[in-house]
Amino acid sequence: MDIKIEPSAKKSMWAAALIGIGVMAAVDEIIFHQILAWHHFYDRSTTDIALMTDGFLHAAELIAIISGFFILLDLQRKQTLVKDKAWAAFFIGLGGFQLFDGIVDHKVLRLHQVRYVDNLLPYDIGWNLAGLILLGTGLILLRRAKRRKTNGPSA
Amino acid sequence: MKEHYHHELPQATWTHWIPVALIVLVSLLYLYLYFRCLRKGGRSTFLQVGSFLMGTLLLTIALWPSVMNWGHSDLRGHTVQHLLIAMYAPIFLVMGSPVTVVLKAAPPAWSRKFLQLMKSPFFKFLGHPFTAFILNIGGMFVLYLTPLYVRSLEDPVIHYLIHVHFLLAGYLFTWSLIGPDPGPKRPGFYTRLLVIFLSIATHGFLSKLIYAHEYPRNSPHPVSQIQQAAKMMYYWGDLSEIILLIILFTYWYFNKGRPQQNLSIIRKKTNYTK
Repeated sequence: MDIKIEPSAKKSMWAAALIGIGVMAAVDEIIFHQILAWHHFYDRSTTDIALMTDGFLHAAELIAIISGFFILLDLQRKQTLVKDKAWAAFFIGLGGFQLFDGIVDHKVLRLHQVRYVDNLLPYDIGWNLAGLILLGTGLILLRRAKRRKTNGPSA
Repeated sequence: MKEHYHHELPQATWTHWIPVALIVLVSLLYLYLYFRCLRKGGRSTFLQVGSFLMGTLLLTIALWPSVMNWGHSDLRGHTVQHLLIAMYAPIFLVMGSPVTVVLKAAPPAWSRKFLQLMKSPFFKFLGHPFTAFILNIGGMFVLYLTPLYVRSLEDPVIHYLIHVHFLLAGYLFTWSLIGPDPGPKRPGFYTRLLVIFLSIATHGFLSKLIYAHEYPRNSPHPVSQIQQAAKMMYYWGDLSEIILLIILFTYWYFNKGRPQQNLSIIRKKTNYTK
């Protein structure tokens, strides 16, 4: 019987990415909907189908955060959590969702805009740049984690 | 038809205290049975008792005569009542495992009969999370999107029946997902997770429908009040479903951990390394 503990990098990364995606969606809802009120809870142009998709996305986001958190707890208990890769995936999740929201939702599907003003361009650039920076941070962290693994003992 | 809402609501008479009295009675009965269980040698879990009493406290607040009046005249009041009766109180009541307490206190023959009854296809169907979900959220779609809500303002019998439905459907829904009490066989973790997913989504969808189209139609409530009520339903409803999710995942965590944990304990104790 082999009970050697194998670090599960892939699982760590998936769980952390789930949290990243969910957290970014929640940040979008809390900061931009609630605090700044740049986008609205509902605006007249929203169709009932969009309201329904909204509901499903929101449900998925809550489950993503909570399930990711519990999977990480489980990995931690089994001592198979790869922390540095998890952090990398968390940032990739944050940035990936921000970019996806900025490009696909805002521009391709035109579900809603960042802010309802005449000159939208600076807002779009800011939004997607923030996404790129977060994604870049994640990718750099991932490279560092991989290098650390090949060079020396893993953290 | 709308004149009804302008006249003063009647002063609270003793009949308005019936729901509160019933809840107090149930709490006392629970405590009595619980202490009888303890004397019979059952395990004591004060968390369980506290949970049940918390549930009855929330119900008492929701059904207090002045809160009832508020809920009758103001949709925000109605929403607070609904959140407490159908979503928050059931979590605490279910976690208080009242059925276990009753079964332990009751004669063994009754308990056996109850468990046998729960094996029937009818109860298995009723206790399925998906059935409970339809009863719970379906009832809400019917209440707010049809003229039923306006009828309930005029007819006290319908009004009370709706509250009873909220409580029963909410309890059934919560039990089918996280209930520690025995009952009909329920599907596992992934089905339950899917049902919570559907529930969060449809609850949010209904809140936004109410906000967008000013449901319930023909009600005496001003638009701003309806919109505030819809937002309360959305955010506070979410929080209650987050609690459900956390409890469900806590079960998952401990069930998953059991064999693994035992293994690591054995390994440590015996220094078994290979």
